[in-house]
Amino acid sequence: MTPFKSHRGILATLDRANVDTDQIIPKQFLKSIQRPGFGENLFFDWRTLPDGKSNPQFELNAPRFKGATILVTRSNFGSGSSREHAVWAIQQYGFKAVIAPSFADIFRNNSGKNGLLTVELKESEVEEIFLMVGRYSGLEATVNLDEQRVTLNLAEEISFHFEMDATVKEHLIHGLDAIGLTLKHAEVISAFEAKHDPQLSQ
Amino acid sequence: MGKTLFEKIWEKHVVRELPGGNALLYIDRHLVHEVTSPQAFEGLRLTKRKVRRPKLTFATMDHNVPTDDRFNIKDPISRAQVEALEKNCKEFGVILYDLKSELQGIVHIIGPELGLTLPGTTVVCGDSHTSTHGAFGTLAFGIGTSEVEHVLATQCLTQKKSKSFKVEFTGRLAPGVTSKDMILKLIGMIGTAGGTGHVLEYCGEAIRALSMEARMTVCNMSIEGGARAGMIAPDDITYQYIAAGNRPFAPKRDAFDKAVSYWKTLPSDPDAAFDRSLTIRADEIAPQVTWGTNPGMVLDVTAKIPSPDAVPGANRKDVEQALTYMGLTPGTPITNLKVDTVFIGSCTNARIEDLRAAAKIFKGRKVAAGVKVLVVPGSQQVKAQAESEGLHDLFRAAGCDWRQSGCSMCLAMNPDQLNPGERCASTSNRNFEGRQGKGGRTHLVSPEMAAAAAVEGHFVDIRTWSTGYKYPVLGV
Repeated sequence: MTPFKSHRGILATLDRANVDTDQIIPKQFLKSIQRPGFGENLFFDWRTLPDGKSNPQFELNAPRFKGATILVTRSNFGSGSSREHAVWAIQQYGFKAVIAPSFADIFRNNSGKNGLLTVELKESEVEEIFLMVGRYSGLEATVNLDEQRVTLNLAEEISFHFEMDATVKEHLIHGLDAIGLTLKHAEVISAFEAKHDPQLSQ
Repeated sequence: MGKTLFEKIWEKHVVRELPGGNALLYIDRHLVHEVTSPQAFEGLRLTKRKVRRPKLTFATMDHNVPTDDRFNIKDPISRAQVEALEKNCKEFGVILYDLKSELQGIVHIIGPELGLTLPGTTVVCGDSHTSTHGAFGTLAFGIGTSEVEHVLATQCLTQKKSKSFKVEFTGRLAPGVTSKDMILKLIGMIGTAGGTGHVLEYCGEAIRALSMEARMTVCNMSIEGGARAGMIAPDDITYQYIAAGNRPFAPKRDAFDKAVSYWKTLPSDPDAAFDRSLTIRADEIAPQVTWGTNPGMVLDVTAKIPSPDAVPGANRKDVEQALTYMGLTPGTPITNLKVDTVFIGSCTNARIEDLRAAAKIFKGRKVAAGVKVLVVPGSQQVKAQAESEGLHDLFRAAGCDWRQSGCSMCLAMNPDQLNPGERCASTSNRNFEGRQGKGGRTHLVSPEMAAAAAVEGHFVDIRTWSTGYKYPVLGV
């Protein structure tokens, strides 16, 4: 996993709550057996018109969000299906971090396993970022995981602290291999298996 | 202080406590399907790792499967994904129920059928509807592909213990109202993020009165309320289900008796504390119909389509977007909505009792002109059972299309898809934009409500629907 320490980039806003993983990467793209190739189909049904052209009404298609690497959106982002393809699509499109008031559990887990940072801020703080992005075209922010802080790149300093699970943080910062870490406990797992009946589960 | 059902199972499966409040949790059953596993197996190959417990890993193919001619997957990419699972299972020694198997079906339908899903165990699958298995008093939850790889390699997961949320349904359901209506009602109350970070435990008189299959419908949709898992304490109904039929992986004879005596220790202690709780009067629940683009956008069948500022907990813009996508005008009675397609299937409602309930409605009746009805059994065993009871003839006589098992139009990864603008009464679990086909409009309902909508061509209140239907007319 690619480590995540700190990132500075352009903010893009997606003003919708409860964005589900069916929207993030629609089912017709889940048939691939590879990891690459999902980025171009991120939000496909929203980004693309029926004739295949780019939908000018869809927020992320706005020229001012070109090259954006930090996605700012509303609550319960990533709800629904457990498809990790959603995380791969967001990363391959170019996003390094997603900021929202809340995330669905499985999506947040999947993000942590892939080095995509999910930043939970208060509803009012997210609202402030939305306002600032609306006001300043091409606004950038720095997301510093070590300090657990999002700072908007403005003359007047606006920054927000965010909470982060200590273990997830450590994994992200060092780009740790979760399976490798668990395999270090192989003996403990074997000892557990010796006394655990997986049918009776006792 | 007493412990909850969830806490008891959790504690039995902690291999080791880890720093930061995490635990290494042992997984008893790992269910695998073709969509979320190929990159996990590839990961094992790249790191030269093995499947730690192939005998605790069970695979089937369900998402891509055509329901008309299952051996003829026309889409080459779908076919490649199905073939990849065959190859991976062979290479890593994993048991596979393939398309030729009489035991194949939707992964969450075959787990209980085979006796893989047992009380007190932990079950995971790369699929959010893994919560279904919680109906047995099982800790079961969906995971992503990285965690699939983690379980394949280690038979464990690093987890933080969820909070607990007790949902009690008091009283009894009215005739014609089902467990699908119970879970939709709950999601309508708490919203699609209401259960985030929590494991739900459903209890109360109305839950106890449900069959195992009806309980599975409730637990299946726990994820639609955002919950990590949903559980129901095992009881005699659970034990009878496990003992009945041909369940090759269920304990038998002495082992079964020993298991039951353990399972009886699992229910939450009377003094167990929950982080949250909610009580719902089951006798007041009306048949539910979703009107919007997530399962929390749901109303009683007697209601009217809401105006954008009359939806509690949702902002105006999201409601406007949902109404536009669904092609709905505020103030329209739900019973005035005409349907083009009816889908009876999915891991939510494609077990034999669901098909029997729909068949009762279709008996001696015809599907309304212009309505297309797809009946897709949840597994090949459900299909065989339905055919032995003659249900397929009854569906066909009414004008329904009787298919082979698979996920089908629940997520439309196979050829079963809605066309843009088509309105569908569906027994599945998600009414997200484009879920059943780009531009398709999904209304989630129970099998009875779906079948009645097929007959009338629009939604009806099953409780008062006349034309000789056996349920008594309630209310006025």
